[in-house]
Order: sequence, then structure tokens, then C-alpha cells
Amino acid sequence: MSFITYVISGISLGSVYAIIALGYSMVYGIAKMLNFAHGDVIMVGGFVVYSLTSSMGMPPIVAVVCSMIFCTILGVAIERIAYRPLRNAASSLAVLITAIGISYFLQNIALIIYGSSPKIFSSVITIPPLKLADGALTISGETVVTIAACIVIMVGLTLFINKTKAGQAMLAVSEDRGAASLMGINVNGTIALTFAIGSALAAVAGVLLCSAYPSLSPYTGAMPGIKAFVAAVFGGIGSIPGALIGGILLGLIEALSKAYISFQLSDAIVFAALIVVLLVRPTGILGRQIQEKV
Amino acid sequence: MEDAKKKKMTAYTKQTMITYGMVIAVYIICEICMHTGKMSNQMKGLLVPLCYYAIMAVSLNLTVGILGELSLGHAGFSCIGVFVGAVFSICMKDVITVSYLRFFFAILLGALAAGVIGFLIGIPVLRLRGDYLAIVTLAFCEIIKNVVNIIYLGKDSNGLHFSTKDMMSLGMEEGAIEIVKGPQGISGMPSDANFTIGVLLLLITLFVVLNLTHSRDGRAIMAIRDNLIAAESVGINITKYKLMAFSISAALAGAAGVLYAHNISIVKAATNNFGYNMSILILVFVVLGGIGNIRGSIIAAVILTLVPEMLRGLQQYRLLIYSVVLIGMMLLNWSPKAIEWKAGMIAKLKKGRNKKQTEKQAD
Repeated sequence: MSFITYVISGISLGSVYAIIALGYSMVYGIAKMLNFAHGDVIMVGGFVVYSLTSSMGMPPIVAVVCSMIFCTILGVAIERIAYRPLRNAASSLAVLITAIGISYFLQNIALIIYGSSPKIFSSVITIPPLKLADGALTISGETVVTIAACIVIMVGLTLFINKTKAGQAMLAVSEDRGAASLMGINVNGTIALTFAIGSALAAVAGVLLCSAYPSLSPYTGAMPGIKAFVAAVFGGIGSIPGALIGGILLGLIEALSKAYISFQLSDAIVFAALIVVLLVRPTGILGRQIQEKV
Repeated sequence: MEDAKKKKMTAYTKQTMITYGMVIAVYIICEICMHTGKMSNQMKGLLVPLCYYAIMAVSLNLTVGILGELSLGHAGFSCIGVFVGAVFSICMKDVITVSYLRFFFAILLGALAAGVIGFLIGIPVLRLRGDYLAIVTLAFCEIIKNVVNIIYLGKDSNGLHFSTKDMMSLGMEEGAIEIVKGPQGISGMPSDANFTIGVLLLLITLFVVLNLTHSRDGRAIMAIRDNLIAAESVGINITKYKLMAFSISAALAGAAGVLYAHNISIVKAATNNFGYNMSILILVFVVLGGIGNIRGSIIAAVILTLVPEMLRGLQQYRLLIYSVVLIGMMLLNWSPKAIEWKAGMIAKLKKGRNKKQTEKQAD
């Protein structure tokens, strides 16, 4: 039974990684940049919900929606102020360093407002735990909601990309930015929309993460952000099913290696798995192989 | 033909001499300030870390600027240097009593270990390109940090004891020396490092990197950076030169790590000093100093280390200001619009000056 418990906790953690990885993957696919600040948007999402529920006493659902709206605005603002001016810069490192600057900025703003000591985040999920197999197996409400949210987001996003005009525009921009703009697609608007969706997802991920691991500090987002990025690369960056597979696999590897191999080495095992995957398939599990042209 | 060659040589020698001269001049000024008592204790404590950051920046510039590959795992190599060098020094404390000699061997060993690991990591990893290489080097850095955190090492009369569980499972005799204590880090290094050695090490690093850049091998490495396919087609061995640059860069970082370890009493492998955060910080030095510009790396490392320290009076706001300055500088230096605007302003100024001059001449 304990094995199944570990697997379920792995899938739950992996679902959170998958939701974060989606934001990374979409932004990378469309804007061709590593958004290092994505992990910190998760932290901002968590803090918005924390402030609204604990100090203003708002109902959790309203707080989550507010947090999503706040993060969406934040994401679009970051893109507009810091990333867009550098889109055609001579070096692609410029925008990477700017993203790092934004990441420091968000962390330090949170540090000034909330201080460095971790806050206890009361779970916003009030669903009673599921009891299976006569109580031998208990699945917490957080886990149920996390997995459900992940499925809903994946299905919704796949439909959005494949069935709507805006989604098709995203695909076109990720394929060839110049050609897309010649076809009359608003490239800047499409990239802004991608950042908006990615940041809203980050807010959701922040709430789910903090509900499952109820401690919140300015550095909460950094490590999950890096791991979600690893998950995105794992599955093939730029691909939605890839982010899902990468996230779930990463969560499973982490949970199982924590349980059976070594608690301290679990991160090392996760990163080693990434290296093995990249050596076998250099563009990730579902990534497209790109032919190099001379 | 001969003349042209001579001129070119002197231009290059001049540039390198300026770089060496700059370091030596700063060293002399600092020494004078120290001996006349004009330097605060805070500043004195910063001197060796400044050398460390400068060496890290110069060696990372070899990977990022000269080889043209983005590495986010540079701190991992210095972590190897720290632990190998520190373990060596602690074990050899009683064997080699001359501190300079012991430190020399420690640096050599640390650099060798980091270089070998850089070579081994490089073989599979350098096949990847661009952002994938960045994420894999970041992963390696985290792995090294994690592995170092579970190592327990002690020494007694029976020799060295090693475990990955805890201190107790080493089963050592009484009076044994605990060298590496897992997450508690490593302590008890002899404090062999000082500013003079730091500057010497920086000069050696500069010598290695500058000479490599201007050698046949260096030109091959830069050819790979500028166009991989073209370089391959003229018969340059891509793997060999990539590995060469990458492992030299790793070895220099390892040497810097040994310097760092012998300047403080306890080293723990945490996210701030050997995780990706530190790798990114070093990358920031390289990018702000100018990618491929060795002198710029040193200047950026020194200024960006001093600025947050100078802002210490502002306490919690200092890193916020740092981040805003970082974003602002990137936008100003790299945004095509800002570059255009700057060029326009300069042209306007020149025009104005020319106008004045012609007016004067007319008078």
C-alpha cells in the first residue's frame, strides 16, 4: 500500500510541476526565451492568496481568482517593460539576464513586504480526503484537487490552442515569427497573451503548491521553478503533452527516490534523469528533432 | 608585411599589458592603503572574495565568451575545488608545514580535480547546444552540491574514513579529525589564503586565458563559436577544442574555489554559494562586463561585488536596487531602440559641436 501512496503523492507533485512547466514551455516555444522569473510569479501568486485570505478574510475561491488576475497583469507588465524591448537584441543572453533581474526584483519586493521567515499557508482546499480500500488508502483533498486541476488545464489548453483563432496564432508565431507577422498576426499581442496565460497558470500552481506544502517564503518559487523548467525540457520544450509527461515523470522520480533511495539525494537523481534523457533524445521525450541547415 | 605583423603584435601586447597593469596597480594601491591604515576592516575582508569573483568571472568568460556556450554550472566546479583543496589542506596540515607550499599543492589538486570532472562532464554534455546545454550544466551544478552534502569524511590513526550516512557510522577512534560533516560542511582549514596569493592567482588565470585566446588553439575555439559548421568543414576538431576550453575553464574555477575555502572558517555547500544562484551571479558579471571581454569581466566582478556591500546601509533595499540597476543596464545597453537613441544623441552632440566650430571659424 505504501508504494501506491508514494505514487499518488508523486503524481500530485508532478501535476503541480506540469502546470508550472506549461507556462515555461509556452513562453519558450513562442518567445524563444528562458523566463527565469516564472518561478517567482508562483511565489507572488501564493502571497496574494495568503494576504487576501488571512488578513482580509476573503473566501478562498475569490482570493484564488484575484491572485490569477493579479499574476496575469504582472506577467503582461513584465513582458511589456522588460522583455519586449530586448526581443530583437543582438545577444540572446541579454533577455536571460533581464529575466534573472526580474526574478531578484520579485524576491526582494516580497522580502521587504513579508520578511524572510516562512509564513504558514492555510490550505484553501476544503474537500474531505478520499478513503479507498476500507481506509487503508487515504488521498488528501489537496491531491484530488491538484490532479483534477492539472487535467482540466491540460484539456482546456489543448482545446484553446487547436480550436481558437488566438491559439492558432500562437502556433504560427512559435513556428515562424516573421511569416506569422506577414500573415497579419499581431505578434506582440500573441506573445503578451502567452505571458498572460502562463502567469495565470503560475498563480494556480502557486496556490496548489502552497496548499500541499503549507509554507511560504520569498524563495518558495525558485526551486519548483527550476524543476518545472527541467520537466519542460524533459518532455520536450514547446509541447503541451510534453510538459504533462515531463512534469508527472519528474514528480514520480522525486517522490519514489525520496521514499526508496535517499531523501537528500532526490534532487540529484531528478537532475541526473534529465541528463540521461537529454543524452538519448537531445530535444526531450516529445520534442521535435530539428535538422541543422547549412 | 613584417611591419603589419609587428604593429598587430604591439596592439595585442598593449591591450594585455593594460589588463595586467590594471590588476597590479589596484593591488599596489590596496597594499598601500592597508599599510597606512586607510582601509576599513570591512574592505579588508572583501579583498580575497574580490579575487575569487574576478577569477570566476574570467574563467566563465572563457566558456561563455570565447567558446560561446552558455554554462549555468560554473559554481559547481568551484565547489569541487573547495572540497578537494580543503580536504587536502586539512590532511596535510602536519605533513607540509610551509603554508605557501601546502597551499600551492592544494590549488594544483583542486584545479586538477575540477578540470578532470569538467572534462568528464563535457564529453556527453557539449554535444547539446544553447539553452539545453545551459539547463544541463545547471543540473550538474545542483548534483555536485547535493552529493557534497551527503559526504562524511574523517581521519584517525587508521587512515581516512568515508560514509554517506552520518558521522557516527564512520566508526572512528577517539581524537579523530572530522573533516567533512555532510550538510554542516567542512571546517578547520588552515587560513592560507591572503590578498597577495589571490592577486597572483588572478594574474595566472589572466595569463592562461589571454594566452589561450591568442594562440592557434584559441583561434580554433573562436572559429567554433562563430560558425560551427564552417569550422568543422575546415578540419577543426570540434570535440577536442570544446573540451579543451570547457575543462580549462572548470580547472580555473576549481583553483578559485580553493582560494575561497582557505579564506573562511566554515564552508557549506548551500544554494547561495555553490548553487545555481552563484553560477547566475557570475554569469551576470560576465555579461555586464562584456561577453568575450576579459578585462570587462574583472571590472564588472569588482564593481558588482562592491556595490551591494556599499549599499549595506540601506539594508533590505540593497538587493532591490541591485536588481533594478541590473534590469536598467540591460535595457539600456542591449535594446535596439535604446542603442538607436544613444547613437542619435551622440550624432546630435557632434553636429552641435561641428556647428559651433564652423561658426567660430566664420567669425
